[in-house]
Amino acid sequence: MFAYYLDLALRSLKRNKVLTALMVLAIAVGIGASMTTLTVVHLLSGDPIPGKSGVLFFPQVDPENPARADHTEPYPAMDYRSATDLWNAHRADRQALVTSSPVKVRAPETGRPPLILSMLSTTTDFFPMFEVPFQYGAGWSAQDDANHARVAVISADLNAKLFGGANSVGRSLRVRDTDVRIVGVLKPWRPTPLFYDPWSQNFSKTEDVFVPFTSSMEINEGNFQAYTCWHVPDDTHHLQNSDCVWVWLWAELDSPAKASSYARFVADYAEQQKAMGRFAIGKEHVRVRDVMTMLTARGMVPDDVRLQAWLASAFLAICLFNAVGLLLAKFLRRSGEIGVRRALGASRRAIFSQCLVEAGVIGLLGGFFGWLLTLTGLWLVRQQPVDYAHLAHVDTAMFLTTFVTAVATSLLAGLIPALRASRVVPAWQLKAL
Amino acid sequence: MEIRPIFASLRKHRIPACLIVLEIALACAVLCNAVFMISQRVSDIHLGNAIDEQGIATVVLRGTDDNLVGSDIPRNLAALRGIAGVNAVAVTSTLPLSHNNWGWSFGLDPDATISDQKSHNVSLYFVGEGADQALGLRLLQGRFFNGDEYAGSKFDTAPLPETHVVVVTQSLAKKLWPGQSALGKTLYSMPHYYTVVGVVADVLRPAFGNQAGPYIYDSTYYPLSAGGSKGVLAYYVIRSAPQDRERIMREAEQKLADLNPGAVTKAQTYSDIREKYFADMSSMAWMLVLVCVVMLAVTAFGIVGLTSFWVGQRRRQIGIRRAVGATRGHIMQYFQTENLLLTSVGVAIGMGLAFGINIYLMQHYEMSRMPWYYLPGGALSLWLLGQASVFGPAQKAASVPPVVATRSV
Repeated sequence: MFAYYLDLALRSLKRNKVLTALMVLAIAVGIGASMTTLTVVHLLSGDPIPGKSGVLFFPQVDPENPARADHTEPYPAMDYRSATDLWNAHRADRQALVTSSPVKVRAPETGRPPLILSMLSTTTDFFPMFEVPFQYGAGWSAQDDANHARVAVISADLNAKLFGGANSVGRSLRVRDTDVRIVGVLKPWRPTPLFYDPWSQNFSKTEDVFVPFTSSMEINEGNFQAYTCWHVPDDTHHLQNSDCVWVWLWAELDSPAKASSYARFVADYAEQQKAMGRFAIGKEHVRVRDVMTMLTARGMVPDDVRLQAWLASAFLAICLFNAVGLLLAKFLRRSGEIGVRRALGASRRAIFSQCLVEAGVIGLLGGFFGWLLTLTGLWLVRQQPVDYAHLAHVDTAMFLTTFVTAVATSLLAGLIPALRASRVVPAWQLKAL
Repeated sequence: MEIRPIFASLRKHRIPACLIVLEIALACAVLCNAVFMISQRVSDIHLGNAIDEQGIATVVLRGTDDNLVGSDIPRNLAALRGIAGVNAVAVTSTLPLSHNNWGWSFGLDPDATISDQKSHNVSLYFVGEGADQALGLRLLQGRFFNGDEYAGSKFDTAPLPETHVVVVTQSLAKKLWPGQSALGKTLYSMPHYYTVVGVVADVLRPAFGNQAGPYIYDSTYYPLSAGGSKGVLAYYVIRSAPQDRERIMREAEQKLADLNPGAVTKAQTYSDIREKYFADMSSMAWMLVLVCVVMLAVTAFGIVGLTSFWVGQRRRQIGIRRAVGATRGHIMQYFQTENLLLTSVGVAIGMGLAFGINIYLMQHYEMSRMPWYYLPGGALSLWLLGQASVFGPAQKAASVPPVVATRSV
């Protein structure tokens, strides 16, 4: 029966090519626009580190003293003292101090011109914690952290730029005025968004040079910048004792029990600092959030993209109304034919399913062209001067979603017209013939 | 024109009529808001900026030795002045729209501190001698800095320079001291204080959020000596006639690279800096334009399709009307009036919806209130669209010969 309906549907679609083309176009455009923006939203709100995002935590305390009345959330960064106090306590399974700064980098042996790059200062656990993939070598040891070792890990990008992608472990790099030894080279690695830093909606590349936290404090002294300050620092070149937040702490906690005990530990710390008079607000402003909670709290998807998604949904609705109107017109135009079929014994159900098959065919065609339009749309997004442009690709899930949405949309759009068509009263139509 | 028969026939086609009304309502709501967003972005892209945008090129020099800048900067400037066609050269800490923003909050009372809620956030521009000429700043009141003020200003360990003079923009002067002359007034952030010696025409900040607000011109200028600049003065600003700019920029970059072998140079014309800053906004604006055009096209196709269907369905009725004396004009008018009625209901709902969406966007996004005239504007364009798209099918209807009435359909 289905094959027969399909044949009928194709014949009917061929009969009025312009109307068919209009319907397919309407659905295709609606699907294309909405799936393009939905794909972007889906990719932007994705998990930057699937599998581990639930065990990585971002503790926050509020060192601001005196506290501002309009300040209801702690800053997404810590002052040096709080961060190092919490890190030194070693209460997590793994933990990393993180901060970044601009620095001049040269590879003296290569004779290439110097580069101004972003350097990440961190501690040994950073690499295993965030599952950073290595091409050559490995990260540094806890001993290196303690010894202020002059070592560095570089990105795949920088390795390609300076050493043509060869194994550069053991070679030396001049970071500002200090020679450091390369101990590891990363594979291309780009968590999206760049979740471990405090800047919201950051889809940029990772840093190019990774240096032990303690060593970098000496190497790049004076070039660290504060996220924000609540008192003017006496000496902008030494943020260690300033009333500024500029260091981020990450903790890996493998079980919920550990997570809650760690949260208690941070709260106790804040209370103790409050009792000492260093903090104005204690545990009320303590947050220990996992990756996704923290990203959601700071807003993952840029406003422009969310606006576009709204716009595209309105657009899909317009296209849907359009498709329903046109399908209705198409089915009711055949009232005479339907009347004859009903009079010859076709049930309402049969008419209904025949109409739905026709709507489904239009949906499939619309979905196909909509998918092509989605590809075009994503290509357009990739040409945009935005830092998430590289993400805009269709994955299998989104491909299936597009098709299912297209067919579901047109079946939905076919529902009312098909119902109307199946209600055609045969006698009236036969009289009119 | 009798409209009762139209109502009667619309009542028979309730679902398609409702669909068309809904489609028009939604299109009207989206159109009003999208056009409003486009206009906001376009006005942002064209924000005024009182520097010589067409004549400025810049080379950013980073990675120099902070201890040698006292002699390096004068040497570099002298070399740049030697390039043929250069009108003025100077060093600054940043440029408008360069994203390299250094903000600070000042109060108007001597006891003001940075975390005061009353204090005003401004952008800081540290400039070397001759920057007013190189940038093309337009002085409106007072004076720019004199040689002693440049020579005497330096960075110590504090993040603000050791000087006591400042030049502010006109907008900032009006905001801080409404109805008074800004000259001689003082900005405080103890232990630092700066007295206004001059007011310049409005220059944009190096960076502001996604949306232009009343704060975009809050820029302040401070003199700074080369020797005391601690590497802050990294932007070499080179002003020339616009047609020489590209060549001079290349030569300047080459010269600076040769003179400072260990440093990193980056050359850009000012027009490029500006274009890059607004690239996001202009691509969003184009996207919105595209959406509007396609949306209107889809709506028009919908109207054409449905009206054509109605015309086909009513051939016999039209034939009868023609046979009993209706002119072709009457038939045209019938369909045009029908469309006008449907569109009117649609835009009435659409204007309400547009207003609602605007309120929602104001609450959830940085969006300002839509001026009232966008609503009738959107309504008018949908009326026109409706009439334009109904014209073809209506003409087809008018060409139905009266003889149809005597045949069965």
